[in-house]
Amino acid sequence: MALLQISEPGHSPQPHQRKHAVGIDLGTTNSLVATVRSGMAEVLTDEQGRELLPSVAHYTADGVSCVGYEAAEHNVSDPLNTLASVKRLMGRGLADVKTFGDQLPYEFAADDGGMPKIKTVAGLVSPIQVSAEILRKLAGRAEISFGSMLDGAVITVPAYFDDAQRQATKDAATLAGIKVLRLLNEPTAAAIAYGLDQAEAEVQDGAEATSQERVIAIYDLGGGTFDISILRLSKGVFEVLATGGDSALGGDDFDHAIANWLRVQVGMDEDLNPIEQRILLETAKSAKEELTDSEHVELEILDWKGTLTRTLMHSLIDGLIDKTLRACKRSLRDAGLETLDISNVILVGGSTRTPRVGEKVAELFGRQPLCSLDPDKVVAMGAALQAEVLVGNKSGDDMLLLDVIPLSLGIETMGGLIEKIIHRNTTIPVAKAQEFTTFKDGQTAMAIHILQGERELASDCRSLSRFELRGIPPMVAGAAKIRVAYQVDADGLLSVSARELTSNVEARIEVRPSYGIGEEEITSMLQDSFSHARDDMQARALREQQVEADRMIEDLLAAIYKDGDALLSDDERRCLKVAIQELREVRESTIEHRVLARQIESVAKASEEFAARRMDASIKSALAGHSLDEIDKG
Amino acid sequence: MLKMNVVAAKASTFNRSGAGTRQVDDPVKLSSDFFEIFSIPVAWQVERSHLDAMYRKLQQEFHPDRYASKGAVEKRLAVQTASLINQAYDTLKSPLKRAQYLLELKQIDASQDSHITSDGAFLMQQIELREALSEAPDAADPFAALDGLRSGVESAYSQQQMDFQAEYQCDNYDDALNSVAKMQFSAKLLYEIEQLEADLEDQ
Repeated sequence: MALLQISEPGHSPQPHQRKHAVGIDLGTTNSLVATVRSGMAEVLTDEQGRELLPSVAHYTADGVSCVGYEAAEHNVSDPLNTLASVKRLMGRGLADVKTFGDQLPYEFAADDGGMPKIKTVAGLVSPIQVSAEILRKLAGRAEISFGSMLDGAVITVPAYFDDAQRQATKDAATLAGIKVLRLLNEPTAAAIAYGLDQAEAEVQDGAEATSQERVIAIYDLGGGTFDISILRLSKGVFEVLATGGDSALGGDDFDHAIANWLRVQVGMDEDLNPIEQRILLETAKSAKEELTDSEHVELEILDWKGTLTRTLMHSLIDGLIDKTLRACKRSLRDAGLETLDISNVILVGGSTRTPRVGEKVAELFGRQPLCSLDPDKVVAMGAALQAEVLVGNKSGDDMLLLDVIPLSLGIETMGGLIEKIIHRNTTIPVAKAQEFTTFKDGQTAMAIHILQGERELASDCRSLSRFELRGIPPMVAGAAKIRVAYQVDADGLLSVSARELTSNVEARIEVRPSYGIGEEEITSMLQDSFSHARDDMQARALREQQVEADRMIEDLLAAIYKDGDALLSDDERRCLKVAIQELREVRESTIEHRVLARQIESVAKASEEFAARRMDASIKSALAGHSLDEIDKG
Repeated sequence: MLKMNVVAAKASTFNRSGAGTRQVDDPVKLSSDFFEIFSIPVAWQVERSHLDAMYRKLQQEFHPDRYASKGAVEKRLAVQTASLINQAYDTLKSPLKRAQYLLELKQIDASQDSHITSDGAFLMQQIELREALSEAPDAADPFAALDGLRSGVESAYSQQQMDFQAEYQCDNYDDALNSVAKMQFSAKLLYEIEQLEADLEDQ
């Protein structure tokens, strides 16, 4: 038998093999992929040496024809089949999308209550599928660069993304066949990329470390989203204190404001065809970029000629920037801080290139923001650094991210009101439970409606999911005790269960947001997209399960060796050994990945109690092992 | 089918179910209370810097990111353990939640949204404060009006905390419960002042 390795929590039992992990910034306008080489985060380029990948996919009757720069070239000639900015549609309903007005030139399929699908010559396309195409393209870029398969990716999302938007992003990754190590909030990724934790170490090495804690504000204005996060950095721990923003406000809105001004100047009415819309937008965008360096720009559309001055552009976009500044103030308030408490302000996102943004941010915080790293690349770089830690290549002892939930999670109560169960800006992971009761005699079922948002009325919040707890024994009103438990994991994703305590009737769901797509739909999409490569898929899935089985066998043996005497009875130990042996046999004999997955699941169940005992024991020893002094010194 | 609405009957914020077998989404059960998790004595006084340091130390060890390359069971347990640590930290760092929790450890449920305090003068005063809050937006300088209101409520809040400490220390739990009820009024009012101020700033 192989020599046993003893594994400690948090350490990989197989340190010898370097794994391939990337950070992916899945942006509204552009996306990037980065990895860590020789300790440095580095953005991976395509064969032409380009770092950005425009987040655009072009569809023909046969399906996706191209992704990225090539797809973007079809913008003007074939706007209905050139899908861009789909990040704005992720996890949204048709009603949300209508509020964008004419900003997206696509035709949407009739509302079926789910995420809107776009009508293309290739049929209906979900924003998740478009995102998956972009992710697949980036993963391909990485696999070419590594010359081998990708082991996992950290994918960034705006901090302000709600559960439905996060789930949609994760679904896109699943569809692209990418293992998600973590969904990471974009501002947090940027803070990591700036290496402020190391800068802090240098300060402490100095003769007099004035303060061990620093508070950083990250202002992230992308193409379609705005985020503000307030972070406290102390001894390598990035603790998000508050986050806020607007998941439907970005630099694209600057372009639209300018385009709208252009439309009025040119004398076009509001009813534009998609090509006219594109022309106005492209002109607006290049005008905005030119005004970065010049005071005015001469414009020409059809037979109209005119001038846009920088001052005039400011008057068009200041209202939008002010909206972001109000969100900054609100987040400061949520964090219980004032602008004076902020030691650094970081600018992230391509739209912070518009100088007016930096000016107004500097004015609000009373200090010059940091922008030494390319605002387009900084998020992907930070994600790559975190991916390196999570995949197990680098001991992460010195870095930890404690993120928060951006929007409150609640439940609908009598009268269409929302009762908040987990408040926004609560550190995740988090579990909370609340007890409810029946309001009618003999009531045997209860509808549970899960919501996210800050408003008082359920109808004003995002509906995440509905489910029913049935089979409650008939009792007088108020006698039943129904415990509804919310669990949010480190990705910010929610699962909910409900249990009637007197009878133990239970209902449990993974929250699949109503705006998302079902597990079956993902499977069928996966099969569609890989139908030509099904065997590859099978082989890949089997390989993944084999790795998982090996890891599990090794971990369990190590755990039994280390803690078996203390924590297991003879019978329990024997059962586990049998389970391990069975798993080993199945691993060697089967070529069916689902069979192996089932066996792994059954061993996981059998060893769950043991794992729980080990966790309890390790908390106790973590506590016993550290004197107060030791911890204070950290 | 008749749509059944959920009725909020009892708002217990603590996830410490005493019932039955381990459920996958119950927190990891520890024999210890929240104070013990942080190796500090069960008492009203909590040294914040020490609590913060302990918190970071524990999360360094048990955060799910530390288990990213582990199996599903370990990952799930890490999520639950980290959740418990977060909940304990959240409870102990807030004066109101800490006070409620101290009483809960004495089997007194102080987590109800509004305990009716029998102190008539206090209730009158609350009504007046609420009136002042609703009138603040119309004041000549609404922000100054809110600042004035806030500093009044803040000093009342610290007095209530001192009262609680004294009552709790001499096992006078009836009065301690009453002080917690008063603290709830103050905390809620402070929150509403903040909200109103944010709304006014947004306008």
